Amino acid sequence: MILAVSAALALQTTLARFLVRGAITVDLVLVVVVYVALSAGPTTGLLTGAFAGLVQDALSSNIIGIGGLSKTIVGFLAGIIGTQFIVTQPLPRFVVFFGGTMLHAVVFMGLYMLLDLRQFGSPYGAVTGQATANAVVGVVAFQLVELLPGAVERRRAAKTRLRR
Amino acid sequence: MTLPDIRQRSGYLFLAVILGHVLLISAQVNSARGVPVLEAVTFGIFSEVQRTLSGGLSGIQNVWSGYIGLRHVKAENDELKRQLAAAQVTGQEQRALADRARGFAALLELRQHVKLSTTAAEIIGGAASADFLTLTIDKGTRDGLRPDMAVIAPAGVVGRIVVPSARSAKVQLLTDRNAAAGAIVERTRAQGVVVGAGEDRLQMEYVSEVADVVAGDVVVTSGIEGVYPKGFVIGRVETVEKSGTAYKRITVRPAVDFSSLEEALVVLTPTPAKEAGQGVQE
Repeated sequence: MILAVSAALALQTTLARFLVRGAITVDLVLVVVVYVALSAGPTTGLLTGAFAGLVQDALSSNIIGIGGLSKTIVGFLAGIIGTQFIVTQPLPRFVVFFGGTMLHAVVFMGLYMLLDLRQFGSPYGAVTGQATANAVVGVVAFQLVELLPGAVERRRAAKTRLRR
Repeated sequence: MTLPDIRQRSGYLFLAVILGHVLLISAQVNSARGVPVLEAVTFGIFSEVQRTLSGGLSGIQNVWSGYIGLRHVKAENDELKRQLAAAQVTGQEQRALADRARGFAALLELRQHVKLSTTAAEIIGGAASADFLTLTIDKGTRDGLRPDMAVIAPAGVVGRIVVPSARSAKVQLLTDRNAAAGAIVERTRAQGVVVGAGEDRLQMEYVSEVADVVAGDVVVTSGIEGVYPKGFVIGRVETVEKSGTAYKRITVRPAVDFSSLEEALVVLTPTPAKEAGQGVQE
């Protein structure tokens, strides 16, 4: 989990903005959080979100904790969804990534506006774009990982351990 | 390890992580008033809880006092009404006492001005018959009253003692049809006799046709009948008419309002005319 987050942070910072049609960006860290949550459950998801968000806040000079709080919530809920529903097909995964990004934006921007720290204007287009991009990246990431040998069996074994 | 256990543990962990983030954020951010965010938010939430509780308690209190507590309000209301009625009666008694005091004060002032021996008396009763205009006073022979003693009030002449008993006396009002008094028009000194006409009017008779009497003239006692002291106000001339005889027909309005009379003075000193008459008899 830590490795995945670190890699995502490295890519996020080194690749700078992954610009698609202007202001749409991809939050690789959030994608990793949702991926881990769907794969490992709510506990791992919330811990991953907390760690990733705090580190990302620290690296981006934001108020430390707002990003962490947002990603914690997203990681926890994504983990709940991953354990309660069958999220193995691309479409459900797309929905979870999309919804998770929207939720993250709401909490993140909402906290900044609530604390009167920053105004975001009308970010609906940007948020929707980011959600779509994250969803696409997330689904593609899942497909790539599952192409790895033994990935499916390891997933099933992990879920069996959880049920016990 | 069952799924509910895992979910419960992850739920606690989630809350703990959220709380940690909130504390972390609060430590970095102050509200617009310079107060830490956590403190501001916590106080804001707590104050809303306080407001809700206070409102609930006030509502319960209002229901209690406005409905359940009203059970005793009727009894309290009845008691207050009773006390109010008693207070009103007391107020009326005090008012009556004050009026009496004022009457006594006027009587006292009259007594001080009149160089006659007088005794104050209170009106304790009216006439038993409408045909005889009389009053009953609370002084009698024990107080030195005798028949034909004049009774006066601050406003003017009232009447005379007709029947004294030991402790009370009947006073014939000047307006009684059987009453009469020697009278003089104060302005012109025209003489005549005032007789009762019943009700609340007097007739002045035997006033010469040529006498100068007009409405508004004050009529006073002449003292010649030996009952009323000279110079006490009887009333004012109301109308003056020609009767076709040698005398005028004069109506006099009494100075005393007999209907509201409560106290009077009884003149104990005999008039000069009476003394002269007694001397002759002796």
